[in-house]
Amino acid sequence: MDAAPARINLTLRLWRQAGPDQPGGFETHRLEQLSTDLSLLEALDRLNDQLLRAGERPLSFEHDCREGICGSCGFLVNGQAHGPQAATTVCQLYLRQFRDGDTLVLEPWRARALPLLADLTVDRSAFDRLIAAGGYCSVNTGNAPEANSILIGRDQAASAFDTATCIGCAACVASCRNASASLFVAAKLAHLGQLPQGQPEQGRRARAMVAQMAAEGFGGCSSHLECEAACPQQISADWISWMRRQLARP
Amino acid sequence: MAAPLPGLTSPLDPRLPSGPVASAWQRCREELPLISPVNKRRLRVLVVGSGLAGASAAATLAEQGYQVQLVTYHDSPRRAHSVAAQGGINAARNYASDGDSVERLFRDTVKGGDFRAREAGCHRLAEISGAIIDHCVAQGVPFAREYGGTLANRSFGGALVSRTFYARGQTGQQLLLGAYQALMRQVAAGRVSMFCRREMMELICVDGVARGVVCRHGLSGALETFTAQAVLLASGGYANVFYLSTNAVKSNASAIWRAYRQGACFANPCFTQIHPTCIPAGDSWQSKLTLMSESLRNDGRVWLPAAAGDSRPPQAIPEPERDYFLERQYPTYGNMVPRDLASRRARELCLAGRGVGPGGRGVYLDLAEAIRRDGREAIESRYGNLLAMYSRITGEDPLTSPLRIYPAPHYTMGGLWVDYQLMSTIPGLFVLGEANFSEHGANRLGASALMQGLADGYFIAPATVTAWLAGHPQPEIAADHPACRAAVAAAQSRIAALRPPRGALRPGSSTGPTAMELHRQLGLLMIEVCGISRSASGLRRGLVEVERLQQRFREELRLADHGLGPDEALERALRLEDFLGLADLMLRDALAREESCGAHFREEHQTEEGEARRDDARFAHIAAWRHRPGQPPERLCEPLQFTALTPSQRHYR
Repeated sequence: MDAAPARINLTLRLWRQAGPDQPGGFETHRLEQLSTDLSLLEALDRLNDQLLRAGERPLSFEHDCREGICGSCGFLVNGQAHGPQAATTVCQLYLRQFRDGDTLVLEPWRARALPLLADLTVDRSAFDRLIAAGGYCSVNTGNAPEANSILIGRDQAASAFDTATCIGCAACVASCRNASASLFVAAKLAHLGQLPQGQPEQGRRARAMVAQMAAEGFGGCSSHLECEAACPQQISADWISWMRRQLARP
Repeated sequence: MAAPLPGLTSPLDPRLPSGPVASAWQRCREELPLISPVNKRRLRVLVVGSGLAGASAAATLAEQGYQVQLVTYHDSPRRAHSVAAQGGINAARNYASDGDSVERLFRDTVKGGDFRAREAGCHRLAEISGAIIDHCVAQGVPFAREYGGTLANRSFGGALVSRTFYARGQTGQQLLLGAYQALMRQVAAGRVSMFCRREMMELICVDGVARGVVCRHGLSGALETFTAQAVLLASGGYANVFYLSTNAVKSNASAIWRAYRQGACFANPCFTQIHPTCIPAGDSWQSKLTLMSESLRNDGRVWLPAAAGDSRPPQAIPEPERDYFLERQYPTYGNMVPRDLASRRARELCLAGRGVGPGGRGVYLDLAEAIRRDGREAIESRYGNLLAMYSRITGEDPLTSPLRIYPAPHYTMGGLWVDYQLMSTIPGLFVLGEANFSEHGANRLGASALMQGLADGYFIAPATVTAWLAGHPQPEIAADHPACRAAVAAAQSRIAALRPPRGALRPGSSTGPTAMELHRQLGLLMIEVCGISRSASGLRRGLVEVERLQQRFREELRLADHGLGPDEALERALRLEDFLGLADLMLRDALAREESCGAHFREEHQTEEGEARRDDARFAHIAAWRHRPGQPPERLCEPLQFTALTPSQRHYR
């Protein structure tokens, strides 16, 4: 336990693009003697330190909480959204998952509805517009009934939670060959649609969010279930077919 | 540099309602002036920050009919760090029929804050707590439920009653998504204009009244002006002054620090909370500390090898050679002693060379006995996701070897001074949530942060901001108003001072330290001299060292202008500049508060048993610091009166 942590060398092939209208391409950088107790994002911090000291432009990547819950981070690691470890965002992906001498190819999410901003950073404001289209219960502050006047079974509440746990990272879109946001939309519909509070608006909500998904340029569900495999919160893709039935609700 | 002794008179008017605290909020609210819906439509309110306090305030003010503008440095409001709160939210509902009541939550909050918060504010918080739960349930927040369908509660942080509502270990996320969805509903209705990727750089004041902010756009770097009839800061706490904390990497003090520099008083900056159960730091490139929920202390036993320098793996150390130091020192409470005591005892032993893990900064939290007692499956189901997170981060299995934990900065009770109506000493500037100093006193109870953020945002600010606007009509100001131009110029010159024009280098800046490197040094210093335990000599040394870091920052900082796209290095530098200023103020505040109370432990002020010694005769007040350009800050005092409760001392031995 007190032994020195293992250290590895990594080669990073990174997508570099200074801005949406700038030419992009891959750049190769080497990182040496990295402690395997670091996360992949901490390795990128070190890369940026290296770049800054060399007078070069640092790599842009999204991050914040670094504990897997804010949903800021996310990019492809060797073609896989959030990398090889299941149920894990890149901020929680530790270097002990890799071997000394490995080459990692890091690319941004690629989807028409998630336009690239710089390097590994993309614009996910489409997700905000999907929620704005109907992902809420229409209640104003101050006129709610007493909380226990709405009874919700334990399992029902737990199932609603399992879909409400989505962090909005967009790995589902990035891993879908149609760049569909179906899992994201279905998760929100399932969160609210499994609870009594969500019933009055469920049909309208489902139609509005699905229409918004098309308007943003997300594709239809590809039925490959890659979204479920990539989801750090392990939300089931079964909810996508459930979502279809919501469209017919009043 | 000795701070002036606490004065008896104060220019700080907390605007507390007169009469008994129990009905104070009700009386206050009934007397607050109102504004007609037609007139609300013409008024613009600006909210900085999109966490629980900011999102809930923005949504509620928009529902009431105001035009709301919301700025956040995140790419989406849903990323705000409230999202990471694990434990739960308190409310005095007595659903567990265990004798809880508004009065009891009020008393626990005042006592938990070690009698350094206002009674009236704490009482209001306890009164509002139930309505928060009602509203969040109506929004569809999936709180945990009993089989019969009623809401489940648990006891949290040593409370004697079960009043904590929770959604697995992601209560903050679920409450934030509720507020975020309410906010997006108002965006869709056209009543909220949302400006993401904007970081506040300066506050705009016209004739001493807050009227807007200048923000820097995170992608283009452009400086933008936002003006309004009232400004609400809900920008969170400042635990990242310690560099490594449980806060998100981008959490910062810049919004409140800029307001302080413009004249808003900063209250109790030295009141910062350290959480005893976090995963310890390892490599110097580690960027944050991760909290392991305190609930683990219910089943885990905390220990260290009895002999210093014992490097055997934990399983190889036989029982007689282990020191279960919390159980030894606190036979009654054992491993469940309050956060500050658990943290202090762990630190003392680690400083004495008894710690385990990298750098000797860690203690064991051992689940072995609980596993023997309740079975492996029971422990796994109780703490499954926590244990998985621990093994993902450390690569160790906590079911076969003890967890290593160490205290980490977690929450800041201090913040901008606000009166009972949440207005700062700058008229028209309201401060909500962790950004203000209210209700938690010198220490915060577990599961009370979410309660306070939402009380401020959903219920208090919408009433008091309306009252301010009703009584103080403000004319529109244009973006080219002299005050706006001055604020933009101030922001420009700050950036220019840090970053040379493109292609040029400041002298020394080609070899100097990066902002991250200086921030790491600041953090190491602050945790040493102004963390779990503070002494006059350490704090004085801290002041000298912070000044040295400020000088290095001004003269040697390595920063270049690459011209295109996002510039996180500049963002880090701007935030660090503000943290350096705040660090100086924290040290002054800790030095001036010659007592131990709550999370503030001064080594000179302890009992023979090593417990905190509070000094109500000299320090039963809020210290509010006022910035004076070119001079040391001035320490003002707001005396605290206790009419409903009598201050008592804690006893745990």
